[in-house]
Amino acid sequence: MTLAMLQAEFGDWLMTGSDRAAARFTPAAQAGLLVYQNNYRAALMACLHESFPQTVQWLGHEDFQASAAHCIDDCPPDSWSLDHYAAQFPHSLAAQWPDDPEVAELAMLEMALADAFVGPDADALDGTALGLVDWDSARLTWVPTARLLTLRTNAQAIWSALASGRTVPPAQCIPHAATVLVWRHAETACFRTLDPLEEALAPRLFAGMKFADVCRALVRAKGEADGIRTAGLWLAQWAGDGLLRRDAMT
Amino acid sequence: MPHPRFSGFGLGLRKPHYADFLETAVPVDFVEVISENFMIPGGRPRRILNQVRARYPVALHGVSLSVGSAHGLDADYLGRLRRLVDEIEPLFVSDHLSWSRAPRFNAHDLLPLPYTTEALDIVCANLAHAQERLGRPMLLENPSSYLAFAQSDMTEWEFLEQVCARTGCGLLLDLNNIHVSAINHGFDPLAYLAGLPLDRVRQIHLAGHSRGETFLIDTHDQPVPPSVWTLFAEVIARLGPVAVMIERDDNIPPLAELLDELDQARALARHGVAA
Repeated sequence: MTLAMLQAEFGDWLMTGSDRAAARFTPAAQAGLLVYQNNYRAALMACLHESFPQTVQWLGHEDFQASAAHCIDDCPPDSWSLDHYAAQFPHSLAAQWPDDPEVAELAMLEMALADAFVGPDADALDGTALGLVDWDSARLTWVPTARLLTLRTNAQAIWSALASGRTVPPAQCIPHAATVLVWRHAETACFRTLDPLEEALAPRLFAGMKFADVCRALVRAKGEADGIRTAGLWLAQWAGDGLLRRDAMT
Repeated sequence: MPHPRFSGFGLGLRKPHYADFLETAVPVDFVEVISENFMIPGGRPRRILNQVRARYPVALHGVSLSVGSAHGLDADYLGRLRRLVDEIEPLFVSDHLSWSRAPRFNAHDLLPLPYTTEALDIVCANLAHAQERLGRPMLLENPSSYLAFAQSDMTEWEFLEQVCARTGCGLLLDLNNIHVSAINHGFDPLAYLAGLPLDRVRQIHLAGHSRGETFLIDTHDQPVPPSVWTLFAEVIARLGPVAVMIERDDNIPPLAELLDELDQARALARHGVAA
Protein backbone atom coordinates (compact mmCIF):
# COMPACT_ATOMS: atom_id res chain seq x y z
CA MET A 1 0.00 0.00 0.00
CA THR A 2 1.42 3.41 -0.93
CA LEU A 3 1.53 6.27 1.57
CA ALA A 4 -1.10 8.11 -0.48
CA MET A 5 -3.44 5.12 -0.25
CA LEU A 6 -2.82 4.75 3.49
CA GLN A 7 -3.56 8.43 4.08
CA ALA A 8 -6.75 8.22 2.01
CA GLU A 9 -7.90 5.26 4.10
CA PHE A 10 -6.96 6.94 7.37
CA GLY A 11 -8.87 10.04 6.29
CA ASP A 12 -11.86 7.87 5.39
CA TRP A 13 -11.77 6.37 8.89
CA LEU A 14 -11.65 9.78 10.54
CA MET A 15 -14.48 11.16 8.43
CA THR A 16 -16.81 8.15 8.63
CA GLY A 17 -15.78 6.14 11.69
CA SER A 18 -17.23 3.19 9.82
CA ASP A 19 -16.48 -0.49 10.42
CA ARG A 20 -15.63 -0.76 6.72
CA ALA A 21 -12.95 1.93 7.04
CA ALA A 22 -11.57 0.45 10.28
CA ALA A 23 -11.35 -3.02 8.74
CA ARG A 24 -8.64 -1.80 6.36
CA PHE A 25 -6.25 -1.58 9.34
CA THR A 26 -4.77 -4.39 11.39
CA PRO A 27 -6.44 -5.60 14.60
CA ALA A 28 -3.50 -4.17 16.57
CA ALA A 29 -4.23 -0.71 15.18
CA GLN A 30 -7.91 -0.60 16.17
CA ALA A 31 -7.52 0.87 19.67
CA GLY A 32 -5.26 3.60 18.33
CA LEU A 33 -7.69 4.40 15.53
CA LEU A 34 -10.34 5.16 18.14
CA VAL A 35 -8.03 7.68 19.83
CA TYR A 36 -7.43 9.50 16.54
CA GLN A 37 -11.15 9.43 15.70
CA ASN A 38 -11.93 10.95 19.10
CA ASN A 39 -9.21 13.61 18.70
CA TYR A 40 -10.48 14.54 15.24
CA ARG A 41 -14.07 15.08 16.30
CA ALA A 42 -13.11 16.75 19.59
CA ALA A 43 -10.90 19.30 17.80
CA LEU A 44 -13.66 20.27 15.37
CA MET A 45 -16.29 20.37 18.08
CA ALA A 46 -14.07 22.62 20.22
CA CYS A 47 -13.44 24.87 17.22
CA LEU A 48 -17.18 25.36 16.65
CA HIS A 49 -17.89 25.92 20.36
CA GLU A 50 -15.18 28.56 20.63
CA SER A 51 -16.16 30.28 17.39
CA PHE A 52 -19.90 30.57 18.10
CA PRO A 53 -20.43 31.28 21.82
CA GLN A 54 -23.72 33.15 21.35
CA THR A 55 -25.09 30.50 19.03
CA VAL A 56 -24.28 27.93 21.74
CA GLN A 57 -26.31 30.02 24.19
CA TRP A 58 -29.19 30.48 21.77
CA LEU A 59 -29.50 26.82 20.79
CA GLY A 60 -28.54 25.37 24.15
CA HIS A 61 -25.69 22.93 24.63
CA GLU A 62 -27.44 19.77 23.45
CA ASP A 63 -28.89 21.18 20.25
CA PHE A 64 -25.62 22.93 19.47
CA GLN A 65 -23.69 19.68 19.96
CA ALA A 66 -26.09 17.85 17.68
CA SER A 67 -25.86 20.57 15.03
CA ALA A 68 -22.07 20.66 15.25
CA ALA A 69 -21.88 16.86 15.00
CA HIS A 70 -24.08 17.01 11.90
CA CYS A 71 -21.77 19.61 10.37
CA ILE A 72 -18.71 17.50 11.19
CA ASP A 73 -20.36 14.49 9.51
CA ASP A 74 -21.42 16.44 6.43
CA CYS A 75 -18.58 18.94 5.93
CA PRO A 76 -15.10 17.55 6.64
CA PRO A 77 -12.43 20.24 6.95
CA ASP A 78 -10.28 20.81 3.90
CA SER A 79 -8.17 23.81 4.96
CA TRP A 80 -5.11 24.02 7.22
CA SER A 81 -6.94 26.71 9.22
CA LEU A 82 -9.64 25.89 11.75
CA ASP A 83 -10.98 29.42 11.21
CA HIS A 84 -11.83 28.35 7.68
CA TYR A 85 -13.66 25.34 9.06
CA ALA A 86 -15.82 27.51 11.30
CA ALA A 87 -16.81 29.62 8.30
CA GLN A 88 -18.93 26.83 6.83
CA PHE A 89 -20.97 26.26 10.00
CA PRO A 90 -23.56 29.01 9.32
CA HIS A 91 -24.35 27.36 5.97
CA SER A 92 -24.76 24.01 7.68
CA LEU A 93 -27.06 25.59 10.29
CA ALA A 94 -29.17 27.16 7.54
CA ALA A 95 -29.78 23.69 6.12
CA GLN A 96 -30.38 22.13 9.53
CA TRP A 97 -32.73 24.81 10.89
CA PRO A 98 -34.80 25.88 7.86
CA ASP A 99 -37.72 27.00 10.03
CA ASP A 100 -35.52 28.97 12.43
CA PRO A 101 -33.53 31.29 10.16
CA GLU A 102 -32.24 33.35 13.11
CA VAL A 103 -29.97 30.42 14.06
CA ALA A 104 -27.88 30.60 10.89
CA GLU A 105 -27.99 34.41 10.86
CA LEU A 106 -26.77 34.57 14.46
CA ALA A 107 -23.86 32.29 13.52
CA MET A 108 -23.21 34.31 10.36
CA LEU A 109 -22.98 37.48 12.47
CA GLU A 110 -20.62 35.78 14.92
CA MET A 111 -18.42 34.60 12.06
CA ALA A 112 -18.32 38.07 10.53
CA LEU A 113 -17.28 39.55 13.88
CA ALA A 114 -14.56 36.91 14.27
CA ASP A 115 -13.27 37.64 10.75
CA ALA A 116 -13.21 41.37 11.48
CA PHE A 117 -11.28 40.78 14.72
CA VAL A 118 -8.31 39.29 12.83
CA GLY A 119 -8.80 41.10 9.51
CA PRO A 120 -6.13 43.22 7.83
CA ASP A 121 -4.84 46.28 9.67
CA ALA A 122 -5.25 49.80 8.25
CA ASP A 123 -4.84 53.30 9.64
CA ALA A 124 -8.26 54.83 10.05
CA LEU A 125 -9.04 58.44 9.24
CA ASP A 126 -9.86 60.15 12.53
CA GLY A 127 -11.63 63.43 13.11
CA THR A 128 -8.38 65.39 13.28
CA ALA A 129 -7.41 64.35 9.75
CA LEU A 130 -10.70 65.29 8.06
CA GLY A 131 -9.17 68.62 7.03
CA LEU A 132 -6.43 66.84 5.10
CA VAL A 133 -8.89 65.35 2.62
CA ASP A 134 -9.84 67.00 -0.68
CA TRP A 135 -13.57 66.34 -0.27
CA ASP A 136 -14.44 67.52 -3.78
CA SER A 137 -12.59 64.59 -5.32
CA ALA A 138 -12.23 62.10 -2.45
CA ARG A 139 -13.64 58.64 -2.89
CA LEU A 140 -14.83 56.86 0.23
CA THR A 141 -12.33 54.12 1.00
CA TRP A 142 -13.30 51.83 3.83
CA VAL A 143 -11.05 49.95 6.22
CA PRO A 144 -10.53 46.40 4.93
CA THR A 145 -12.50 44.78 7.73
CA ALA A 146 -15.72 46.62 6.76
CA ARG A 147 -18.31 44.18 5.43
CA LEU A 148 -22.05 44.24 4.85
CA LEU A 149 -24.45 41.49 5.90
CA THR A 150 -28.08 41.18 4.97
CA LEU A 151 -30.20 39.83 7.84
CA ARG A 152 -33.85 38.85 7.53
CA THR A 153 -34.31 38.20 11.24
CA ASN A 154 -33.59 40.06 14.47
CA ALA A 155 -30.35 38.08 14.89
CA GLN A 156 -28.40 41.24 15.74
CA ALA A 157 -30.78 42.04 18.61
CA ILE A 158 -30.48 38.45 19.84
CA TRP A 159 -26.68 38.64 19.66
CA SER A 160 -26.57 41.92 21.59
CA ALA A 161 -28.86 40.60 24.32
CA LEU A 162 -26.92 37.35 24.67
CA ALA A 163 -23.56 39.11 24.70
CA SER A 164 -24.62 41.58 27.38
CA GLY A 165 -26.64 39.20 29.52
CA ARG A 166 -29.88 41.09 28.93
CA THR A 167 -33.28 39.50 28.35
CA VAL A 168 -33.18 37.89 24.96
CA PRO A 169 -36.01 38.85 22.59
CA PRO A 170 -37.97 36.12 20.83
CA ALA A 171 -36.77 35.36 17.32
CA GLN A 172 -38.68 37.04 14.56
CA CYS A 173 -38.40 37.70 10.88
CA ILE A 174 -38.33 41.40 10.07
CA PRO A 175 -40.55 42.94 7.36
CA HIS A 176 -37.65 44.42 5.43
CA ALA A 177 -34.22 42.81 5.44
CA ALA A 178 -31.68 44.84 7.42
CA THR A 179 -28.23 45.73 6.15
CA VAL A 180 -25.69 45.34 8.93
CA LEU A 181 -22.21 46.81 8.75
CA VAL A 182 -19.47 44.78 10.51
CA TRP A 183 -15.94 46.12 11.03
CA ARG A 184 -13.10 46.42 13.55
CA HIS A 185 -12.48 49.60 15.48
CA ALA A 186 -9.74 49.99 18.11
CA GLU A 187 -9.15 46.21 18.11
CA THR A 188 -12.81 45.49 18.81
CA ALA A 189 -15.11 43.89 16.26
CA CYS A 190 -18.38 45.81 16.09
CA PHE A 191 -21.55 46.12 14.02
CA ARG A 192 -24.49 48.41 13.46
CA THR A 193 -27.58 48.42 11.33
CA LEU A 194 -27.50 51.00 8.53
CA ASP A 195 -30.25 53.62 8.55
CA PRO A 196 -32.67 53.43 5.59
CA LEU A 197 -31.01 56.19 3.55
CA GLU A 198 -27.51 54.85 4.21
CA GLU A 199 -28.81 51.40 3.27
CA ALA A 200 -30.27 52.68 0.00
CA LEU A 201 -26.91 54.16 -0.93
CA ALA A 202 -24.89 51.21 0.45
CA PRO A 203 -24.06 49.50 -2.89
CA ARG A 204 -22.49 52.75 -4.16
CA LEU A 205 -21.07 53.88 -0.82
CA PHE A 206 -19.11 50.69 -0.39
CA ALA A 207 -18.01 50.61 -4.03
CA GLY A 208 -15.92 53.76 -3.60
CA MET A 209 -18.50 56.50 -4.11
CA LYS A 210 -17.18 60.08 -4.24
CA PHE A 211 -18.11 62.03 -1.13
CA ALA A 212 -19.30 64.88 -3.39
CA ASP A 213 -21.76 62.41 -4.96
CA VAL A 214 -22.93 61.37 -1.48
CA CYS A 215 -23.71 65.04 -0.80
CA ARG A 216 -25.57 65.37 -4.09
CA ALA A 217 -27.62 62.23 -3.40
CA LEU A 218 -28.53 63.45 0.08
CA VAL A 219 -29.48 66.90 -1.20
CA ARG A 220 -31.79 65.21 -3.74
CA ALA A 221 -33.33 63.08 -1.00
CA LYS A 222 -33.60 65.61 1.82
CA GLY A 223 -33.19 69.06 0.34
CA GLU A 224 -30.21 71.39 0.37
CA ALA A 225 -29.81 72.20 4.06
CA ASP A 226 -30.85 68.86 5.54
CA GLY A 227 -28.90 66.94 2.89
CA ILE A 228 -25.63 68.77 3.57
CA ARG A 229 -26.18 68.51 7.31
CA THR A 230 -26.78 64.73 7.02
CA ALA A 231 -23.65 64.31 4.89
CA GLY A 232 -21.64 66.03 7.61
CA LEU A 233 -23.17 63.85 10.31
CA TRP A 234 -22.47 60.68 8.32
CA LEU A 235 -18.89 61.70 7.73
CA ALA A 236 -18.37 62.46 11.41
CA GLN A 237 -19.83 59.10 12.35
CA TRP A 238 -17.74 57.16 9.81
CA ALA A 239 -14.58 58.90 10.99
CA GLY A 240 -15.49 58.49 14.65
CA ASP A 241 -16.14 54.80 14.12
CA GLY A 242 -12.79 54.29 12.38
CA LEU A 243 -14.44 53.21 9.14
CA LEU A 244 -12.51 55.28 6.60
CA ARG A 245 -9.02 54.44 5.47
CA ARG A 246 -6.58 57.26 6.10
CA ASP A 247 -3.82 56.27 3.67
CA ALA A 248 -6.22 56.06 0.74
CA MET A 249 -8.01 59.33 1.40
CA THR A 250 -5.32 61.82 2.44
CA MET B 1 22.21 25.72 5.99
CA PRO B 2 23.65 26.76 9.36
CA HIS B 3 21.77 25.89 12.53
CA PRO B 4 21.67 28.70 15.06
CA ARG B 5 22.28 27.58 18.62
CA PHE B 6 20.52 29.15 21.57
CA SER B 7 20.87 28.31 25.21
CA GLY B 8 18.05 29.26 27.52
CA PHE B 9 14.80 28.43 29.26
CA GLY B 10 11.39 29.46 27.99
CA LEU B 11 7.64 28.96 28.04
CA GLY B 12 4.88 28.56 25.52
CA LEU B 13 3.00 31.88 25.29
CA ARG B 14 -0.66 31.28 26.06
CA LYS B 15 -3.58 33.75 26.22
CA PRO B 16 -4.05 33.74 30.02
CA HIS B 17 -0.46 34.97 30.38
CA TYR B 18 -0.41 37.68 27.68
CA ALA B 19 -0.63 40.49 30.24
CA ASP B 20 2.19 39.00 32.34
CA PHE B 21 4.49 38.93 29.34
CA LEU B 22 3.57 42.42 28.20
CA GLU B 23 3.49 44.18 31.54
CA THR B 24 6.10 42.43 33.69
CA ALA B 25 9.61 41.11 33.24
CA VAL B 26 8.91 37.38 33.13
CA PRO B 27 12.16 35.51 33.86
CA VAL B 28 12.41 33.53 30.63
CA ASP B 29 14.98 33.59 27.86
CA PHE B 30 12.47 33.02 25.06
CA VAL B 31 8.83 32.22 24.35
CA GLU B 32 7.28 29.85 21.85
CA VAL B 33 4.01 30.53 20.05
CA ILE B 34 1.80 28.35 17.88
CA SER B 35 2.47 29.64 14.38
CA GLU B 36 -1.05 29.09 13.05
CA ASN B 37 -2.59 31.30 15.76
CA PHE B 38 -0.77 34.25 14.23
CA MET B 39 -0.97 33.40 10.51
CA ILE B 40 -3.82 35.87 10.23
CA PRO B 41 -4.03 39.19 8.42
CA GLY B 42 -3.96 41.52 11.43
CA GLY B 43 -5.71 42.67 14.57
CA ARG B 44 -4.94 42.30 18.25
CA PRO B 45 -3.21 38.87 18.16
CA ARG B 46 -0.60 40.09 15.65
CA ARG B 47 -0.03 43.29 17.64
CA ILE B 48 0.47 41.34 20.85
CA LEU B 49 2.92 38.98 19.14
CA ASN B 50 4.95 41.93 17.86
CA GLN B 51 4.97 43.51 21.31
CA VAL B 52 6.10 40.26 22.90
CA ARG B 53 8.73 39.89 20.18
CA ALA B 54 10.12 43.31 21.11
CA ARG B 55 10.78 41.96 24.62
CA TYR B 56 11.68 38.28 24.10
CA PRO B 57 13.10 36.04 21.38
CA VAL B 58 10.21 34.06 19.86
CA ALA B 59 10.19 30.52 18.48
CA LEU B 60 7.46 29.63 15.98
CA HIS B 61 5.99 26.16 16.49
CA GLY B 62 3.59 24.84 13.88
CA VAL B 63 1.01 22.07 13.89
CA SER B 64 -0.26 22.16 10.29
CA LEU B 65 2.73 21.89 7.96
CA SER B 66 1.86 18.22 7.36
CA VAL B 67 5.39 17.32 6.37
CA GLY B 68 4.39 13.69 5.90
CA SER B 69 1.64 14.36 3.38
CA ALA B 70 1.96 12.19 0.28
CA HIS B 71 0.36 15.01 -1.68
CA GLY B 72 2.91 17.68 -0.85
CA LEU B 73 2.62 20.90 1.10
CA ASP B 74 -0.02 23.62 1.01
CA ALA B 75 1.33 26.62 -0.91
CA ASP B 76 -1.00 29.09 0.85
CA TYR B 77 0.12 27.80 4.24
CA LEU B 78 3.79 28.11 3.35
CA GLY B 79 3.29 31.61 1.98
CA ARG B 80 1.60 32.79 5.16
CA LEU B 81 4.22 31.13 7.33
CA ARG B 82 6.97 32.83 5.32
CA ARG B 83 5.37 36.23 5.87
CA LEU B 84 5.15 35.55 9.61
CA VAL B 85 8.78 34.40 9.68
CA ASP B 86 9.89 37.56 7.87
CA GLU B 87 7.95 39.72 10.33
CA ILE B 88 8.93 37.98 13.57
CA GLU B 89 12.46 36.80 12.70
CA PRO B 90 12.03 33.83 15.03
CA LEU B 91 14.61 31.95 16.96
CA PHE B 92 13.41 28.66 15.45
CA VAL B 93 10.68 27.44 13.13
CA SER B 94 9.46 23.96 13.99
CA ASP B 95 6.73 21.45 13.21
CA HIS B 96 6.06 17.75 13.74
CA LEU B 97 6.98 14.49 12.08
CA SER B 98 3.38 13.72 11.17
CA TRP B 99 0.74 14.36 8.54
CA SER B 100 -2.70 15.98 8.63
CA ARG B 101 -3.48 16.83 5.01
CA ALA B 102 -4.87 14.73 2.18
CA PRO B 103 -6.71 15.83 -0.97
CA ARG B 104 -9.82 17.82 0.07
CA PHE B 105 -9.28 16.87 3.71
CA ASN B 106 -7.40 18.16 6.72
CA ALA B 107 -7.53 16.21 9.98
CA HIS B 108 -6.26 19.01 12.23
CA ASP B 109 -4.34 16.39 14.18
CA LEU B 110 -0.77 15.10 14.18
CA LEU B 111 -1.36 11.75 12.47
CA PRO B 112 1.21 8.96 12.49
CA LEU B 113 3.38 7.88 9.58
CA PRO B 114 4.62 4.43 8.65
CA TYR B 115 8.39 4.48 8.86
CA THR B 116 9.11 3.23 5.36
CA THR B 117 11.54 4.21 2.63
CA GLU B 118 8.69 5.76 0.65
CA ALA B 119 7.56 7.88 3.62
CA LEU B 120 11.17 8.91 4.24
CA ASP B 121 11.51 10.13 0.65
CA ILE B 122 8.26 12.08 0.94
CA VAL B 123 9.09 13.68 4.29
CA CYS B 124 12.56 14.67 3.07
CA ALA B 125 11.20 16.16 -0.15
CA ASN B 126 8.49 18.11 1.70
CA LEU B 127 10.84 19.34 4.40
CA ALA B 128 13.45 20.42 1.87
CA HIS B 129 10.72 22.32 0.02
CA ALA B 130 9.54 24.01 3.22
CA GLN B 131 13.07 25.00 4.22
CA GLU B 132 13.70 26.42 0.78
CA ARG B 133 10.42 28.35 0.83
CA LEU B 134 11.12 29.71 4.33
CA GLY B 135 14.75 30.44 3.54
CA ARG B 136 15.95 28.78 6.72
CA PRO B 137 16.37 25.37 8.38
CA MET B 138 13.54 23.97 10.43
CA LEU B 139 13.37 21.88 13.57
CA LEU B 140 11.37 18.65 13.37
CA GLU B 141 9.63 17.41 16.51
CA ASN B 142 9.32 13.72 17.35
CA PRO B 143 5.62 12.86 17.66
CA SER B 144 3.63 10.88 20.19
CA SER B 145 1.45 8.18 18.65
CA TYR B 146 -1.24 5.66 19.40
CA LEU B 147 -0.69 3.15 16.65
CA ALA B 148 2.26 1.67 14.79
CA PHE B 149 2.09 0.48 11.20
CA ALA B 150 3.04 -3.10 10.40
CA GLN B 151 4.72 -1.95 7.18
CA SER B 152 7.31 0.18 9.03
CA ASP B 153 10.80 -1.07 8.23
CA MET B 154 12.76 1.26 10.51
CA THR B 155 12.33 2.73 13.99
CA GLU B 156 11.16 6.28 14.55
CA TRP B 157 14.62 7.32 15.71
CA GLU B 158 16.24 5.76 12.65
CA PHE B 159 13.73 7.61 10.51
CA LEU B 160 14.50 10.93 12.24
CA GLU B 161 18.23 10.35 11.91
CA GLN B 162 17.79 9.86 8.16
CA VAL B 163 15.63 12.98 7.81
CA CYS B 164 18.26 15.07 9.61
CA ALA B 165 21.04 13.67 7.45
CA ARG B 166 19.21 14.23 4.18
CA THR B 167 17.61 17.61 4.81
CA GLY B 168 19.95 19.32 7.26
CA CYS B 169 17.03 19.98 9.62
CA GLY B 170 17.45 20.18 13.37
CA LEU B 171 15.47 18.39 16.07
CA LEU B 172 12.95 19.61 18.58
CA LEU B 173 13.15 16.86 21.16
CA ASP B 174 9.85 16.35 22.97
CA LEU B 175 10.68 14.14 25.93
CA ASN B 176 7.05 13.67 26.93
CA ASN B 177 6.32 12.36 23.44
CA ILE B 178 9.15 9.85 23.75
CA HIS B 179 7.79 8.66 27.09
CA VAL B 180 4.19 8.47 25.84
CA SER B 181 5.13 6.53 22.70
CA ALA B 182 7.54 4.29 24.64
CA ILE B 183 4.74 3.22 26.98
CA ASN B 184 2.17 2.97 24.17
CA HIS B 185 4.39 0.91 21.87
CA GLY B 186 6.67 -0.83 24.35
CA PHE B 187 10.11 0.46 23.40
CA ASP B 188 12.96 1.65 25.59
CA PRO B 189 13.11 5.48 25.72
CA LEU B 190 16.85 5.33 26.37
CA ALA B 191 17.33 3.31 23.18
CA TYR B 192 15.36 6.01 21.38
CA LEU B 193 17.65 8.74 22.74
CA ALA B 194 20.74 6.67 21.95
CA GLY B 195 19.62 6.34 18.34
CA LEU B 196 19.05 10.05 17.72
CA PRO B 197 21.66 12.43 16.33
CA LEU B 198 21.73 14.48 19.53
CA ASP B 199 24.06 17.04 17.94
CA ARG B 200 21.01 18.14 15.90
CA VAL B 201 18.86 18.95 18.94
CA ARG B 202 18.25 22.69 19.26
CA GLN B 203 15.13 22.74 21.41
CA ILE B 204 13.49 20.58 24.09
CA HIS B 205 9.81 20.38 25.02
CA LEU B 206 8.89 19.31 28.54
CA ALA B 207 5.20 18.51 29.03
CA GLY B 208 2.71 16.25 30.75
CA HIS B 209 0.19 13.67 29.63
CA SER B 210 -2.95 11.84 30.76
CA ARG B 211 -3.72 8.17 31.11
CA GLY B 212 -6.46 6.92 28.79
CA GLU B 213 -8.15 3.52 28.82
CA THR B 214 -5.51 1.88 26.65
CA PHE B 215 -2.82 4.48 26.08
CA LEU B 216 -1.03 7.42 27.56
CA ILE B 217 -2.49 10.46 25.80
CA ASP B 218 -0.34 13.45 24.92
CA THR B 219 -2.68 16.05 26.41
CA HIS B 220 -0.22 18.74 27.58
CA ASP B 221 -2.65 19.54 30.38
CA GLN B 222 -0.64 18.30 33.35
CA PRO B 223 2.64 19.24 35.06
CA VAL B 224 5.78 17.57 33.77
CA PRO B 225 5.76 14.10 35.41
CA PRO B 226 8.74 12.40 37.10
CA SER B 227 9.22 10.04 34.14
CA VAL B 228 9.83 13.01 31.81
CA TRP B 229 12.12 14.77 34.30
CA THR B 230 14.16 11.54 34.44
CA LEU B 231 14.57 11.56 30.65
CA PHE B 232 15.51 15.25 30.77
CA ALA B 233 18.21 14.63 33.40
CA GLU B 234 19.47 11.76 31.26
CA VAL B 235 19.76 13.73 28.03
CA ILE B 236 20.57 17.32 29.00
CA ALA B 237 24.18 16.59 29.93
CA ARG B 238 24.73 15.08 26.49
CA LEU B 239 23.51 18.10 24.53
CA GLY B 240 25.20 21.28 23.44
CA PRO B 241 23.56 24.67 23.95
CA VAL B 242 19.81 24.10 23.76
CA ALA B 243 16.53 25.95 24.29
CA VAL B 244 14.45 24.19 26.96
CA MET B 245 10.79 24.96 27.55
CA ILE B 246 7.67 23.90 29.40
CA GLU B 247 4.85 23.24 26.92
CA ARG B 248 1.38 23.53 28.43
CA ASP B 249 -1.61 23.74 26.06
CA ASP B 250 -4.63 23.04 28.24
CA ASN B 251 -5.67 23.39 31.88
CA ILE B 252 -3.33 26.39 31.91
CA PRO B 253 -2.15 27.16 35.48
CA PRO B 254 -1.03 30.52 36.88
CA LEU B 255 2.26 31.63 35.36
CA ALA B 256 4.08 31.15 38.68
CA GLU B 257 3.46 27.39 38.52
CA LEU B 258 5.04 27.14 35.07
CA LEU B 259 7.97 29.25 36.21
CA ASP B 260 8.48 26.84 39.12
CA GLU B 261 8.64 23.98 36.62
CA LEU B 262 11.11 25.96 34.55
CA ASP B 263 13.27 26.48 37.64
CA GLN B 264 13.24 22.73 38.11
CA ALA B 265 14.53 22.36 34.54
CA ARG B 266 17.25 24.93 35.23
CA ALA B 267 18.33 23.05 38.36
CA LEU B 268 18.46 19.72 36.54
CA ALA B 269 20.40 21.27 33.68
CA ARG B 270 22.95 22.72 36.09
CA HIS B 271 23.31 19.38 37.82
CA GLY B 272 23.53 17.53 34.55
CA VAL B 273 26.18 19.84 33.13
CA ALA B 274 28.14 19.76 36.40
CA ALA B 275 28.02 15.97 36.43
